[in-house]
Amino acid sequence: MVRVMLALSSFALLLAQEPGEEKIPKENPYKSESDLARGKRLFLGHCAPCHGPSGDGGRGANLARPKLLRASDDAALFQVIKEGVPNTEMPGAFEMIDREIWQVAGYVRTLGRTAAENVPGDRVRGEQLFRNKGNCVRCHSVNGQGGRMGPELTEIGARRSATYLRETLLAPETNVPEGFLMVRLKTKDGKEVSGVRLNEDTYSLQLRDLSDQPRSFWKQELAELHHDKGKSPMPSYRSVFSEAELADVVAYLVSLRGSL
Amino acid sequence: MKTGWLSLIVTFTLAGQVTYDRLRQADSEPGNWLSYSGNYSSHRYSRLSQITAGNVKRLKPVWIYQTAPGKVETTPLVIDGVMYITEPPSNVTALDTRTGRPLWKYQRTVPKDLRICCGQVNRGVAALDDLVWVGTIDAHLIALDAKTGQVRWDTVVADYKTGNSLTAAPLAVKDKIIIGMAGGEFGVRGFVDAYEAATGKRAWRFWTVPVAGERGSETWAGESWKTGSATTWVTGSYDPAQNLVLWGTGNPGPDWNEEVRGGDNLYSDCLLALDADTGELKWHFQFTPHDGHDWDSTEVPVLIDGVVRGENRKLILFANRNGFYYTLDRQSGKFLAGRQLVRQTWAKGLDDDGRPVRIPNMYPSVEGKLVYPSVPGATNWFSPSYSARTGLFYVAVREEGGVYYMGDADYKPGVIFNGGGFRGVPGEEPWGAIRALKPGTGEVEWEFKLHSPPWAGVLSTAGGLVFGGTNEGDFFALDGASGKSLWRFQAGGAVTSNPISYLSEGKQHVAIAAGNAILVFALTD
Repeated sequence: MVRVMLALSSFALLLAQEPGEEKIPKENPYKSESDLARGKRLFLGHCAPCHGPSGDGGRGANLARPKLLRASDDAALFQVIKEGVPNTEMPGAFEMIDREIWQVAGYVRTLGRTAAENVPGDRVRGEQLFRNKGNCVRCHSVNGQGGRMGPELTEIGARRSATYLRETLLAPETNVPEGFLMVRLKTKDGKEVSGVRLNEDTYSLQLRDLSDQPRSFWKQELAELHHDKGKSPMPSYRSVFSEAELADVVAYLVSLRGSL
Repeated sequence: MKTGWLSLIVTFTLAGQVTYDRLRQADSEPGNWLSYSGNYSSHRYSRLSQITAGNVKRLKPVWIYQTAPGKVETTPLVIDGVMYITEPPSNVTALDTRTGRPLWKYQRTVPKDLRICCGQVNRGVAALDDLVWVGTIDAHLIALDAKTGQVRWDTVVADYKTGNSLTAAPLAVKDKIIIGMAGGEFGVRGFVDAYEAATGKRAWRFWTVPVAGERGSETWAGESWKTGSATTWVTGSYDPAQNLVLWGTGNPGPDWNEEVRGGDNLYSDCLLALDADTGELKWHFQFTPHDGHDWDSTEVPVLIDGVVRGENRKLILFANRNGFYYTLDRQSGKFLAGRQLVRQTWAKGLDDDGRPVRIPNMYPSVEGKLVYPSVPGATNWFSPSYSARTGLFYVAVREEGGVYYMGDADYKPGVIFNGGGFRGVPGEEPWGAIRALKPGTGEVEWEFKLHSPPWAGVLSTAGGLVFGGTNEGDFFALDGASGKSLWRFQAGGAVTSNPISYLSEGKQHVAIAAGNAILVFALTD
């Protein structure tokens, strides 16, 4: 057996590349029909839960477009799938070997051949509605302007599809973002506080209350603590915006892509 | 005068000399912490009782030592006023226990092309006679002079370029140093090694995957044994009465593509009983035959004598990553009792021999399969504890599921060989607990809930306490009898290590690694 191990070792010297120094091919080397079929299966398991079975977005970005915002070429797409996107919900696909990542990338490219998402509204009007009639800025900020209770929206158009955004405006609690949790508590001396959880551990809880103030509590001081999973302080805009206004607001949100 | 000098010399020679007799009788000197798990039975129990439920509120940090950057999983040893720790990636530091100041440092330059799945971690050193031993991330076993940190032996254990590494603390047994290895995500072939302390030369090796034709090879389809893994990356225990080294083994490779390796895949996910002198396999118990979820059985085996089914027996208590707790007979390796430890959805239970009764279609799939527990499992490398005072077995557990993916597995030496992967369960907030179990049955006596699934072990003490740590940086003490929270300290970094206790200048201290620091606590007036 020692001999086998030695043989393996010398094989390793010949073949193994230095980690981190692997060159990514510019073009996808796995583009056969069977690669695409395998890519589709992998996509449905690993990617569809966020990007949708047709890749037209949802919690994840819309991939059914000819040009991907974060992946201008195949090598960049490979890299995004492999490493993820920092500071977003997109994780790296450590569970796939390179060939599988290429197969997924190949399949993702085919999604762009479908028609582009139809976003009929007027984004300029949408911005006005966002600021005034909807008073969305009370809780959401764009480019540093606005409230802090709700998620920051500067890049929201690069992360969410129009359909998803529309659905969220109509029924916010169907799409509460990962990591966003409303908490309600009552202290032993009878104070009631609710807000967005900032942090929590076994012994303490920090939240931002409804007036944007950070608050801190020891759990042993609490009489009640409720994690309102799936709850959102955002109202439905069904009765606030008309259909046309809703389309305008969605068009505005879709146009928010930060520096992308 | 002459006599005075002589006694000084004698004292000096004895201090720091960690003989096998001292290791075997570690319980008789609770002022020191002589081996990874505190004694050969791996009780991680301190017989010190100065710190109690009544005074633990006065526990305060007395010094903090900042380590090199990287994840710190070390269990310190304390021997006659000196604390020996490991720092990332494979450094060893001797600290003065009075002041926390370094006495010497061994700093190892590791190659840039390491093949590591899970961080350049190290869990501690072993001490024997006047040497301390460390396994390095590039798979060397190094013996250092305990007084100076000078290298005495440097032995290549395996080739790091094919994915082998050493992360476990070695175990000193008689005149040998036992070491296990890591690399189960690289398709390596696992082994347990013993080295002669006197020369640094290898005394024996037990391969955890048999070659074609050997006993057990029939449990691997085709040539799948060649990349069978079954690594040995956590320190085991030793039973002097039977001269048995008890050591856990890891997952079969590739982790999540079980289709390519039909059969039970011996000796993956086993507890091995090896003759300490020869490495001969005396018995084995396999917890998860044909594992497809990466549920290594490299947890720490805890040895006690106790009553099971009305009979006084020599036992092994084993909380397994697969979601079950086991009580085994230490002499035969036979299953005596078992019980579900956390939420699990892959087995109906354990049969009379302790073999899991699988629920069909729970292996990973290309589309993803939701299974409890998660890949890190019900518990993991971090240590459990057995208290002689309460008679309870304490274990940090993880309540978490995972979505398991099966993928392709192409073997290339030194390249990750997972065959898939996993994700968390969308929308789920996993949690954890410290559970106190009745050793003979696994029944839960009490539970203390933790905000998230822990990565830190527990220490119980004769003062009636259980110490543990959280991902959020809390180091805490519970009442060992009731689980009531008694004390906590925010250490400012995740606790991913095991606590110890010892005496310094006659006072009981407790030490833990958290974030990039070693923190030492004692009672203040």
